[in-house]
Amino acid sequence: MRLSELEPGIPATIDQVEDREDLDPVADRLRALGFVPGEPVQVVAVGPLGGDPIAVRIGFTRFALRRAEANRIVLDDRRT
Amino acid sequence: MTALNVALVGNPNCGKTALFNLLTGSRQKVANYAGVTVERKEGRLITPGGRSVRLLDLPGAYSLVATSPDEVVTRDICAGRYKGEPPPELLVCVTDATNLRLHLRFVLEVLALGRPTVMVLNMMDAARARGLVIDVERLSEALGIPVVEAVAVQRTGAQALLSQLDAALPPAPHRRTVDRDFHADVRILLRDCVSRSSPQTEQLEDRLDRWVLHPVLGLVILFTLLFLMFQAVFSWAQPVMDLIDAGFASLGHAIQMVLPAGPLRSLLVDGIIAGAGSVVVFLPQILILFLWILTLEESGYLPRAAFLLDRFMAVAGLSGRSFIPLLSSFACAVPGIMATRTIQHPRDRLVTILIAPLMTCSARLPVYTLLIGAFIPNRNVAGIFNLQGLVLFALYLSGILSAVIVARVLRSREGRQEHPLLMELPAYRIPGLRNLALGLWQRARIFLSRVGTIILSLSVLLWALSSFPRPPAGASGPAIEWSIAGWLGHAMLYVMAPIGFTWQICVGLVPGLAAREVAVSALATVYAVGSDEADTASRLAPLLHAQWSVATALSLLAWYVFAPQCVSTLATIRRETGSWRIVAVTATYLFGLAYGASFVTYHIAVMLGGGLA
Repeated sequence: MRLSELEPGIPATIDQVEDREDLDPVADRLRALGFVPGEPVQVVAVGPLGGDPIAVRIGFTRFALRRAEANRIVLDDRRT
Repeated sequence: MTALNVALVGNPNCGKTALFNLLTGSRQKVANYAGVTVERKEGRLITPGGRSVRLLDLPGAYSLVATSPDEVVTRDICAGRYKGEPPPELLVCVTDATNLRLHLRFVLEVLALGRPTVMVLNMMDAARARGLVIDVERLSEALGIPVVEAVAVQRTGAQALLSQLDAALPPAPHRRTVDRDFHADVRILLRDCVSRSSPQTEQLEDRLDRWVLHPVLGLVILFTLLFLMFQAVFSWAQPVMDLIDAGFASLGHAIQMVLPAGPLRSLLVDGIIAGAGSVVVFLPQILILFLWILTLEESGYLPRAAFLLDRFMAVAGLSGRSFIPLLSSFACAVPGIMATRTIQHPRDRLVTILIAPLMTCSARLPVYTLLIGAFIPNRNVAGIFNLQGLVLFALYLSGILSAVIVARVLRSREGRQEHPLLMELPAYRIPGLRNLALGLWQRARIFLSRVGTIILSLSVLLWALSSFPRPPAGASGPAIEWSIAGWLGHAMLYVMAPIGFTWQICVGLVPGLAAREVAVSALATVYAVGSDEADTASRLAPLLHAQWSVATALSLLAWYVFAPQCVSTLATIRRETGSWRIVAVTATYLFGLAYGASFVTYHIAVMLGGGLA
């Protein structure tokens, strides 16, 4: 499952961030912001129009991500 | 003794700017880095030990692997290879003590540069309140650099950092390998140095965000706030602006009493004082808007508003960040364009600046009211709508629709490049009064010194164009007809006749460059109605109705939807982008749209039989 498909309020764990292309700068930035394997993550809110963007909590930090960005983040299915 | 060069670095939202304000107070210089629209903030301070320090507040960055012009500046200055900036002798790496998991990673990146570094654990008060216990000595030992605590929102919150600046420079840390997994290192550091005195409870952010980011309630809260803000900028500023207008007018009258009539008096009263008045009159709107924006930003709400509005702004290919600047532009494009500083993405910011003049500003209302009152019959449509109201609404709507189209055209030129949101929703905080006051003071100063001087000199130039040469003795007709402006108006007719403008309109457009609402009084001058009386518009309306065709009036209305002739807006764009090229692009595209829209409107109206006066 991917972060873009995660229901709000359900705790999950990150498996990895996938590159869309070689040297995907968005994926690199996601990793720099702490979206790394093993981190717990949770969707805290979804946008009012079409459920985009989403707000997620990772550690003590909250980020707003568009679905296209969240779609790069693969969740660990054994632990969700 | 030369000053010590120190640079503050850190993630966005680490409280770096609050710390900078605390250390330097009002001894700050705000400018742009050469050639880029990245804000450069420098301040000076003297430490308790008497050491003179030149402090640079670098743009916030999440990583030294830069993805934006801000981060490029930070990366290059930290590495000591930015042209025109001396390499900093000491890096002060600021972190939010409540969010070390994210911020420590950046500290490790900075340490990999191998430059003398001090780490600041900021917001220690919030960390203690959350029950976090940080072993500072152990952290300092593990990182190999001095670590000090700070509370940037308290008057004495930077004592430890000041003592550190007095001490000898710390040795450069030994270089760590760049390729290692910083996150793994951070986990080890957190495990060894941070513990909790109380179990983790639900955070304030979780409880507040449940309301603030709620799909329905969140929008209700947002629109209430936006409504209040719009009211404040639009109507609360008005009494103060009227007062400023009246003040400059009576100053002008006072000089008229003292000085004999002549070119000098005219220059002082109609050129300099009127020009200065047209600069200062913007201040109430700018200050009120920025008080709102700074409060919303400091409190942590602004990114949440951007979250709620993101999808909505995606229609124009923009992000939620562009909403508030564009909304403010309905009051006036000048504060609106200044507010685009809150948009981090440079392309988004530029597109927002370019379309801000398309939002119908309040200065266009007098022109709309005059022409609608004179030419649009006051009658009901479909039983419930008033035709005059519908036309006014259509004018506002045309502005918004053309902004969406222009934004989409500008975006499509970029190709399919993805443009991520990736925005941090920071912790909620009570805004500090000192930071609000300093922020407002900086905005006011920048506006008066950089934008004001351009507006004032152009106002004097326009005064000269409208006053010289003076009419010969015994000449009839208004003086402006004999001036260069009058001559220009007649010359412009060759271009403007195809869109139905008369030479009187063209002459009125020249002084109307200074401010859009001046067009009404300029028309009054040309038609010799006398522009001083309060009932100018009501006396002008029947005259225009008799002399212009409906097609001409509609054409002028269409022209004002785009109104390319606002010098203050162009001066603000120049200041905010640092580029005359972008000013030229804006003026040209607005002129092109205005001309095209007027041309189409005029000819359709003539075809429908509206060509006769």
